[in-house]
Amino acid sequence: MTEQVPRWASETFWKKTAIWVTGGSFVLLVILTFDSLSQITAGGSRVQAYGVINKDVSYRFDKAKQRYQPVIGGNAPLFGKTLSEEEAEKLVDLGKKTVQAKNCMNCHTLLGNGAYYAPDLTKAWLDQGWIAKESREQMMVDFLLDPEKNARTFGSNRKMPNLDITQPEAEAIVAFLKWMSTIDTNGFPHNFKAIGEEE
Amino acid sequence: MTLQAYQEKAAVCWADCKQRYAVFMANPHLSGGQKLAVHYFTVAMVLFMAQLLFGLLAGLQFLFPSFLYEILDFNVNRMVHINAMVVWMLYGFIGSVYWFLEDESGVEIVGLKWGRLAFWVLTGAVAIVVLVYLFIQFGAGNDTSLWLINEGREYIEAPRWADIGIVAVVLTFFYNVAATFAKGKWSGIAGVLTLDLVALAGLYLAGMFYVTNISVDQYWWWWVIHLWVEATWEVLVGCIMAWSLMKLLGVRRQVVQTWLYIEVALMFGSGILGLGHHYFWIGTPEYWFTIGGFFSALEPIPLVAMVVHSIYDSGVHRFKNSNHPALAWVIAHAFGNFLGAGVWGFMHTLPQINLYTHGTQWSASHGHLAFFGAYATINIAFFYLAVQQARGNVWMGGDLVNGWRWKTAAVLLNLGVLGMTVALLIAGYEQSFIERAVEGSTWAGYFAAQNHPWFMQAMVWRMVFGLMTAAGGGLLFWDLLEIGKGEQRPAAIIGDAATAE
Repeated sequence: MTEQVPRWASETFWKKTAIWVTGGSFVLLVILTFDSLSQITAGGSRVQAYGVINKDVSYRFDKAKQRYQPVIGGNAPLFGKTLSEEEAEKLVDLGKKTVQAKNCMNCHTLLGNGAYYAPDLTKAWLDQGWIAKESREQMMVDFLLDPEKNARTFGSNRKMPNLDITQPEAEAIVAFLKWMSTIDTNGFPHNFKAIGEEE
Repeated sequence: MTLQAYQEKAAVCWADCKQRYAVFMANPHLSGGQKLAVHYFTVAMVLFMAQLLFGLLAGLQFLFPSFLYEILDFNVNRMVHINAMVVWMLYGFIGSVYWFLEDESGVEIVGLKWGRLAFWVLTGAVAIVVLVYLFIQFGAGNDTSLWLINEGREYIEAPRWADIGIVAVVLTFFYNVAATFAKGKWSGIAGVLTLDLVALAGLYLAGMFYVTNISVDQYWWWWVIHLWVEATWEVLVGCIMAWSLMKLLGVRRQVVQTWLYIEVALMFGSGILGLGHHYFWIGTPEYWFTIGGFFSALEPIPLVAMVVHSIYDSGVHRFKNSNHPALAWVIAHAFGNFLGAGVWGFMHTLPQINLYTHGTQWSASHGHLAFFGAYATINIAFFYLAVQQARGNVWMGGDLVNGWRWKTAAVLLNLGVLGMTVALLIAGYEQSFIERAVEGSTWAGYFAAQNHPWFMQAMVWRMVFGLMTAAGGGLLFWDLLEIGKGEQRPAAIIGDAATAE
């Protein structure tokens, strides 16, 4: 005797459903991808052009949006040199490549993604741990060049290892971190008090 | 010992290995595809051991930060830990598919010799990549480093040359699968599996290029990580599970295939746009809050459905089966997938909580239980199926000689991973509270949370349960080498009628 299977429980019905649901979701994802990529291209409103490293950067609570967001200020060239857009891009590119080649992401998080053995780097440029805006660049470079001698362990005994970072690479990493701190990350991290924003 | 004595010893060892290998290749109980599967399973188990070892080293560094400082730093140990995991999962999946390919298609594997070659190429490449990770570790900030040493992108750190090799191997695997099904029978499982492999290989391409813009970088990076782990891998495991339910419990083909389609609809329906839960904080637009939050909140539904389906089938068939260790691991899979991927994922998937939990030990907690529950378990189940067949399809029940071994290994592994998960969850709560909510996510806040006794206690407990997991892993390895030896009782035939339907 053949068993009567209702249509909604049949193999064919679910096969068709699976195909349509998968196809539909994927098409929607592709459309959203086009839109998202157009909004996160460097130079748009959410992700700044690389030349932003010539400007002062901060991170403040926006009352209208009810979340924190980056604030771009007046001129504040990195290492005292104003760079063209191409020069800035080249510098940030070297920084990003160094961050990848040194495998930073398997201790740190970037935009909150990575490993959890060392602090998040999303707003590292704006961290109050660098004490004052004037000395920040040099402190960061010195730290990267010799993290053992200039260790910043905050009482944890965790030290960054020496990764044979060169002077140009260290400066490029600082440029990359400054540029990354200007990305509009929808309020992540929340409640973060940037350097120079002390009450 | 002199050098000559060493050489003689090595020659004896090599001859012994060659002879054992020849005996294995002549095993009359295994088909060509199944022999290849055993190759994959063997390397998978070795990598599983490596995952455990490097996990222990990384865990110890949380407790003793000077341990192996500037010898094997945390980033190296952690990279080998997670890469060994990704690769052993893939080895397990590929092996499982080779295992059932001939049974499911009804014909011999087409182009098996290419499949064998691909295995050796892949294994050689994996060995080189790991050696470079361990002994070279990092390079200068240029393209050469990314091509030859390390791409520095979590989970897909393998250098670019290895990426290309991986794609070539996956294409060979795909050719074996598609050509074999094309020559033999096209079942529902065959269709889903073939299409899923196209997606799996295609998505990997999204992780194979360099960009300066980190928002764009992470956008595509998540296409690989999320759409593999939370979509295509789940469906691949669905196919493997469907076949094994027919074999282990004798569930009817029509039932498992209907369920498989339901799984695909629910998994892809929630998982593809659920990708959006990774797009909250990387610079992407705000509409991902709604889309990512909504669809990822639906992601547990297919996992609940799997549990319902497994319990129903087990009940209907009254747990009658002839491979108790495999069934135990399939049950662990159903619950582990639901708890680890479903519940633990759902707990922090909405942006309102994720703002505080993103990038904390919450993710590590979820990651441990999800990868173990969803993927390690099903692979282990298949290892037991393979051993049973290799021993001449003998009975494998709870009353085996040395049956304590598989039971103890299962208890230690499951409890160990669950314990680590809970310890890491406590660390995650503490971090979200102290570092994020109270201290406002500064570096001082980060370390205030890391130095807190609650965090340190959690790390100690994670280590205790990590050791338990490693003990279970070692016991499992030993058991797989020994189980069923000398057993004379034949296995009751349960599944053949079902798969043939």
